[in-house]
Amino acid sequence: MTTTSPRSPADAQRNATRPPPWRDVRVLRVVAQVVVLAVVGAILAWLLNNVRSGLAGLGIDTGFSYLDQSAGFQVPGSDFRAGQSRMDAIWVGLGNTLRVSVAGIVLATVLGVALGVARLSGNFLLRTGARLYVEAIRNIPLLIIIIFAYLVVVLQLPPAVEAIEIPGVLVLSNRGNSITWPTLPDGAGPALVVALVGLVAAAATAWWRTRRFDATGIPHHRVGLGLVAFMVAAGAAFVALGHPIGITVPEADGRLVAGGMRMGPEYFALLVSLVLYTASHIAEIVRGSIQSVPRGQDEAAKAVALSSGQRLRFVVLPQAFRIAVPPLANQYLNLTKNSSLAVAISYFELTKITGDLIANGSPALQSFALLIVIYLGVSLSIAMLTNLVNRRLTLVER
Amino acid sequence: MTDPAVPSLAAGVDAGPAPDPTQPELRLPPRQWVKANLFRTPADGIITVVVGSLLAYFGYRFLRFVLVTAEWEIVRRNLTTFMVGRYDRTQLWRPSAAVSIGAAGAGLLAGLLQGVAGPHRSRARTVRSVAGRTWPLALLVVALLALTRSLGPLLLVVIDIALILGCRALGRRLRGRGRTAGFVAVALVPVAMVIVLSSFGGVPWGGWGGLLLNVFLAAAGISLCFPLGLVLALGRRSNLPVARVLSVAYIELFRGVPLVALILMGVLTLGFFVPQGLAPGDIVRVIAVFTVFTSAYVAEIVRGGLQSVPRGQTEAAKALGLSPTRITAFIVLPQALRASIPALVGQFISLFKDTSLVFVVGLPEVLRVAFIIPQQADFRGQGRLTETLVFAMFVFWVGSYTMSRESQRLERRFGVGER
Repeated sequence: MTTTSPRSPADAQRNATRPPPWRDVRVLRVVAQVVVLAVVGAILAWLLNNVRSGLAGLGIDTGFSYLDQSAGFQVPGSDFRAGQSRMDAIWVGLGNTLRVSVAGIVLATVLGVALGVARLSGNFLLRTGARLYVEAIRNIPLLIIIIFAYLVVVLQLPPAVEAIEIPGVLVLSNRGNSITWPTLPDGAGPALVVALVGLVAAAATAWWRTRRFDATGIPHHRVGLGLVAFMVAAGAAFVALGHPIGITVPEADGRLVAGGMRMGPEYFALLVSLVLYTASHIAEIVRGSIQSVPRGQDEAAKAVALSSGQRLRFVVLPQAFRIAVPPLANQYLNLTKNSSLAVAISYFELTKITGDLIANGSPALQSFALLIVIYLGVSLSIAMLTNLVNRRLTLVER
Repeated sequence: MTDPAVPSLAAGVDAGPAPDPTQPELRLPPRQWVKANLFRTPADGIITVVVGSLLAYFGYRFLRFVLVTAEWEIVRRNLTTFMVGRYDRTQLWRPSAAVSIGAAGAGLLAGLLQGVAGPHRSRARTVRSVAGRTWPLALLVVALLALTRSLGPLLLVVIDIALILGCRALGRRLRGRGRTAGFVAVALVPVAMVIVLSSFGGVPWGGWGGLLLNVFLAAAGISLCFPLGLVLALGRRSNLPVARVLSVAYIELFRGVPLVALILMGVLTLGFFVPQGLAPGDIVRVIAVFTVFTSAYVAEIVRGGLQSVPRGQTEAAKALGLSPTRITAFIVLPQALRASIPALVGQFISLFKDTSLVFVVGLPEVLRVAFIIPQQADFRGQGRLTETLVFAMFVFWVGSYTMSRESQRLERRFGVGER
C-alpha cells in the first residue's frame, strides 16, 4: 500500500496519541515534581527565615563555636570535669547512651527470648506466668516504670549491712550496686592475646571436626570440643602470660560495698527498666515468629524422632529467627532511643547532657540539631548492622 | 545466633507451635489436665513448683500491697486531680457531660458497626465477648467508685451505661441515610466533647490536666498526624523521584530520633520557627511534636497497607479506564486502610502511653500529678509516691490493655493476613 498523504502514518499516529500538554503524563510528572519541590522549599525557607530573623533579633550566634567553651558542670560517675569542653561532654553522653543500650540489648534479648518461649510452653503455670508478665509490662508507659524503679525501688534499697546479695555475683544496697566483673591489671593487650589464642584453637577444632563429619558422618561435637579446645588453649596462654585477667567480686563489707563493677543508681534503674520493658515486647515478637513457623515443620521433626529440645533448637527456632530479625531490630532501635528517658532520673546520657548544656548557656537550636544528627547516626548504624544480619539470613535460606 | 537461655529452658518446653487459640481446647478431667499441663515430665514438675512458688510469692506481695499495706487516702483525696488536673472545680459538670457524649458516641458506633456486619450473634456470646474485652475498664470504674464513696459518680456511671446501651440499640436500627448520618454524628463526637469542655464559659485546654490531658493529646496527635502520614505513605510509594526522596527523608529522620528529645526541642525552640508574636502555648507545641513524630510511623503503617493490596486490583482498575487519582482514592486506599486499622490502633496505644513523656516539660498529665501530690502538705514525708505511681500505672494499663484487646478483635474481624 502506498501512502499518498503528505504525513506518514507514524507521524499521524503520534500526533493523534499525543495529548495536549495539560493532560500529557510526561509533562505532568515534571510539573508535579516541580510543584512539590517548590511547596516544600517554600515551607522550609519560611521556617528558616523565621529562625534567622528571630535569632538575629535576640542576638544569638548561629555557629557551632560554642562547642569549644568549657561545659561548666561535672558529670557524676565519670571523670569529666567542669573545665573540659562542651564537645567532650557530648562524647561522655554518647558513651553513656551506648553503655546502657548495649547492655540493655543483650539482657533484653536473653530475657525476651526466654519469656517468648515460655509463653508457648506446655506447662500451664509457666505459660500463664509469662503471659501475665508480658500483658502487664507492655501496657505501662516506660517512663513510669523508670521513675518507679529509680525512686521507689533502687533508692529505697536496704543499707549495706542488710544488702541483698547473691554471693559472688551481685550486691544490691543503697551504698552501691555492684556485679562481678573481669579486671585487666596489665591493660587489654595480654588479655586480648589470651582470648585470641583460645578462639583460634576453637576455630581450628571446629573446622577439623566439620571436615571429619562431612567425610565420615561421625558425630562432630564441634561445639563441645571447640569449647574444650578454647579452655585448654586460653588456659595455657593465661598461665604463660602471668594471669593477665583477674576477677573482682563485690562484697558487702560493713557499711560499704567493696569490689565488683559499680553501677550508679541511675544507671542501674534505667538498665533494669529498659530490659524489663523491652523484653516484654521481644517476647511477643518471639512468640509470633515461633507461631508463624508452619506446624508441619514441627510435626515432621517429631516424625523423625527429634526430642523437644532438638526440635526447638534445630527446626523451629532457626526458622522463627529469620522472621523475627526485622522486628527485633526495631526493638533494639527503640531501646536505644528510649534510653533518652533517663532525662527524668538524671542519668547523664546524650539527651540529659544536651539539656544541661543548654541550661548552661549553649544555644538551644544548634544543640538540638547536633543531638538529632548524633541519634540519627546511632540509629542508622544499628539499622545497618541488623540489615546485614537480615540479608545474610535471607540469602542462606533461599 | 540463638541465645544461651534457650537450651536450658527447652527441657520443660514443648517445642511445637502453641496450641491454636481458635481451636477449642480439649476438655480433660481435672486429674488428667493437671498431669498434662503441670507434671508431664520430672523437669516439668520442677518448673511447676518453682514457677508456682514465684507466682504465689509475687501475687501475695502484690495483693497484700493493694489491699492491706497501701494507704489509698492520697489517691482518694486527689482523684479529681488525677482525672482532670486543675480544671475549674465549679465547672466539673463539663467533663462529666463530655464523658457522657463520648459514651453515647461509642455506643452508637458499636451499634452501627454491628448493623453493617449483618445478623448478630446470640445475646449470650455478645455479653461474654464484651465482658472479655472491657473487664479492665470495668475494674477501673469499680476502683474509682470504691475510692470516691459518693453518689454523684455512681449516678454518672449508671447514666453512661444506659446511654451506651440506648445508642447501640439506635445504631443497630439505622439504615441507609440514617446510617450515614449516624457515622457523621460519631465523627463529630470528639469535636462536641472539646466544645463542651472548653467553650461557652468552659476551661480552655491550657487549664486541662490529668487523664483528660493525656487522652486529649493522644486523640489530637493521632487525628492530626493521619492526613500527613497518608500523604507521606503515598509519597514514598510514588514514582516521582522528588516526592519519594522527600518522604523517605522525613520518615527516616523522625523515626531515628527519640520522642523525648523532640518534645524538649519543641518546647524550647518551636518559638523560633514561627513569626514572633505567634509563639504557641506548651500544649500546642507538644501536639505539634506528637503530630510530626507519629506521622512518620503512620506513614510506614499505611505503606504496609498499600503494599498488601494485590497488584491485580490496580491493573483491573486500569483496565476499566479509571484515572490514577481515582484508582488510588476508590480502589487502593480503602483496601489499604482496612488492612492498616489494627496497626493504627497499636500506634494510637503507643501514642497514648507516650503522652506520659510530656512529664519532662512539666505539663500536668497523670504521671506529673502522681509525682507532685506526695508533696502536698498533708502527705509530705510519708513516702506515698509508691501508691500514686502504682495508681498512674493502673490508669495507663487499663487504657492500653483495653485498646490492645480491641485491636486484636479488629484484626480477627477484618481477617488481616488471612487473604
